[in-house]
Amino acid sequence: MSEHEQDRNAVISRVLEERKHQPGALLPILHGIQDVLGYIPREAIAQIAQALNLSRAEIHGVVSFYHHFRTSPPGRHTVYLCRAESCQSMGANQLVEHAKAKLGVDFHETTRDGAFTLEPIYCLGNCACSPAMMIDEEVYGRVTPKRFEEVVRTVKEAA
Amino acid sequence: MSVTIYVPRDSSALSVGAEAVAGAIAVEAARRNSDVILVRNGSRGLYWLEPMVEIETAQGRVAYGPVAMKDVASLFDADFLHGGRHVLCIGPTEKIPYLQKQERLTFARVGITDPLSLADYAVHGGWKGLRAALAMDGATAVKQVTDSGLRGRGGAAFPAGIKWKTVLDTSADQKYVVCNADEGDSGTYSDRMIMEGDPYVLIEGMAIAGIAVGATQGYIYVRSEYPHSCQVLAEAIALAKAGGYLGPDVLGSGKAFELEVRKGAGAYICGEETSLLESLEGKRGMVRFKPPLPAIAGLFGKPTVINNVITLASVPTIFANGAAHYRDFGMGRSRGTLPIQLAGNLKYCGLVEKAFGVTLRELLYDYGGGSASGRPLRAVQIGGPLGAYLPEQQFDTPLDYEAFMAIGAMVGHGGIVAFDDTVDMAGMARYAMEFCAIESCGKCTPCRIGSTRGVEVIDHIVSGLEREKNIALLEDLCDTMLNGSLCALGGMTPFPVQSALKYFPNDFRAAPKRKVA
Repeated sequence: MSEHEQDRNAVISRVLEERKHQPGALLPILHGIQDVLGYIPREAIAQIAQALNLSRAEIHGVVSFYHHFRTSPPGRHTVYLCRAESCQSMGANQLVEHAKAKLGVDFHETTRDGAFTLEPIYCLGNCACSPAMMIDEEVYGRVTPKRFEEVVRTVKEAA
Repeated sequence: MSVTIYVPRDSSALSVGAEAVAGAIAVEAARRNSDVILVRNGSRGLYWLEPMVEIETAQGRVAYGPVAMKDVASLFDADFLHGGRHVLCIGPTEKIPYLQKQERLTFARVGITDPLSLADYAVHGGWKGLRAALAMDGATAVKQVTDSGLRGRGGAAFPAGIKWKTVLDTSADQKYVVCNADEGDSGTYSDRMIMEGDPYVLIEGMAIAGIAVGATQGYIYVRSEYPHSCQVLAEAIALAKAGGYLGPDVLGSGKAFELEVRKGAGAYICGEETSLLESLEGKRGMVRFKPPLPAIAGLFGKPTVINNVITLASVPTIFANGAAHYRDFGMGRSRGTLPIQLAGNLKYCGLVEKAFGVTLRELLYDYGGGSASGRPLRAVQIGGPLGAYLPEQQFDTPLDYEAFMAIGAMVGHGGIVAFDDTVDMAGMARYAMEFCAIESCGKCTPCRIGSTRGVEVIDHIVSGLEREKNIALLEDLCDTMLNGSLCALGGMTPFPVQSALKYFPNDFRAAPKRKVA
């Protein structure tokens, strides 16, 4: 087992130990793992299934149902562009096209340098400052194509 | 003497630079040896002015906005610490017309207090409702809610008192209170504002619900799209617990109420109450058949009060000021106030809490100031992605659950999204179907398959393929979804589609496209 795999398994075991006893533990467990690792590794599914006495199919069913959970590692930063109505009314569709062109990726893809994964999101509750986006857990409002480029550059340089 | 400065920590304010402004103020104050106390409040909801900085002066608070980092030095130069004149000065906050004309009950404290200060909350009337509830028996407490006329502020507008009474009257070894904070309707942000700007009002409302119906455990199921809300709530719950407002012995009453935050995972359907309960139980968020109602067999099969954020946050004022006080606001069977959220293409987007009865036109023009783009407003969507699109001729409809129902629309969560005349309504109808296809839980056929077919049929109509036949097909499909779906997602997706088709038929014609002037 590589060092990386050992670390990963340690995270999964620790999260399971901490959270498996709460009622309805599956979502908190999945959040716990993804918060640290950035995704839900395939190996985790078997371990969770065993800890909760559920089938692997059931765990897989839950992981694949929710948009937030992913089964492959994302880029260093995740850019969520809001596609909902309020943002559309203020130019979100053009912003989406601009972002895709600038990053050179479609939704659910990661830039070649591994810096950004682009995801759609449906409402950040920032509708009074549309169009909106979120990078990792920071929300940005009144995003113009120019501001998008500035923010993306700043985030990349800060890393 | 030290001067108190308020800079919001609300995520919308942060999204336009409030953090940098707060930082710059702290640095500048230190550099000038000014004695200031920086309070990170919620937002007043005047979002076109965010980041809005307020200064506590002898004459009350004075507002400045929108403040950018680069303005900070000049604000100090203009002696803004004493309400000095500056190009960004708005004047006394309480005199801003947008705020003055409002009737804020649920939002009474938002933007005024430090969201996490228990002392501030108490000074501004907090916990009065909970103390009142603790002095009542369950039946009396539930009757307060019934008498107030409060209806669920989520979508269905079901009377809250009836729901609570069902839970109270159902005997069980364990009951729950669940707060639905996963309502992801575009154009609605009042939940987020409450959770970030006055979390204790939600906590108090839930504690009252628990005490009233005999539930000892509560859960707040928050959207994962609101990371700031999750964080503020977790801190607020810990502080409320330490202060004795939550826990095994609420305010020394011998009654228990525990509260926990649970994070959702980006599924719109989990804003539907039974899907939310499935998700809380650790499953896919798939809709349950009703009956049994959640009030009888809800979370983990136990009787459960499930209400949304605004419903629960409206409860403390009802208990603090009496059911009659609340009921006296509003019209017809729509009682009390509604936090309305203006969004989209408007000049002055923000939160407006008013008694029911205010008209759309007043909201769009008197408050909203018309379109942000300067072009004519053409369509307005109300009540989220499942709400109808209304044209100008409907703008005089008063905000009232029944009046809206009468024109095939819904008040829903009170979110209003405005579009100017560049909007392509066939595109918006297509988006409604597409959104339903992405977010359908898949349990029932009309929603799961109808939404995908709906996208195709609209594409056919717009491309001019057997147009009349396909319009008839789309209408038939909408009818099937409306009447055959298990829950509101499939059952209401036809509303935006049908209304777009009805009021904006020309947008569905094949090219040449409608010309934009």
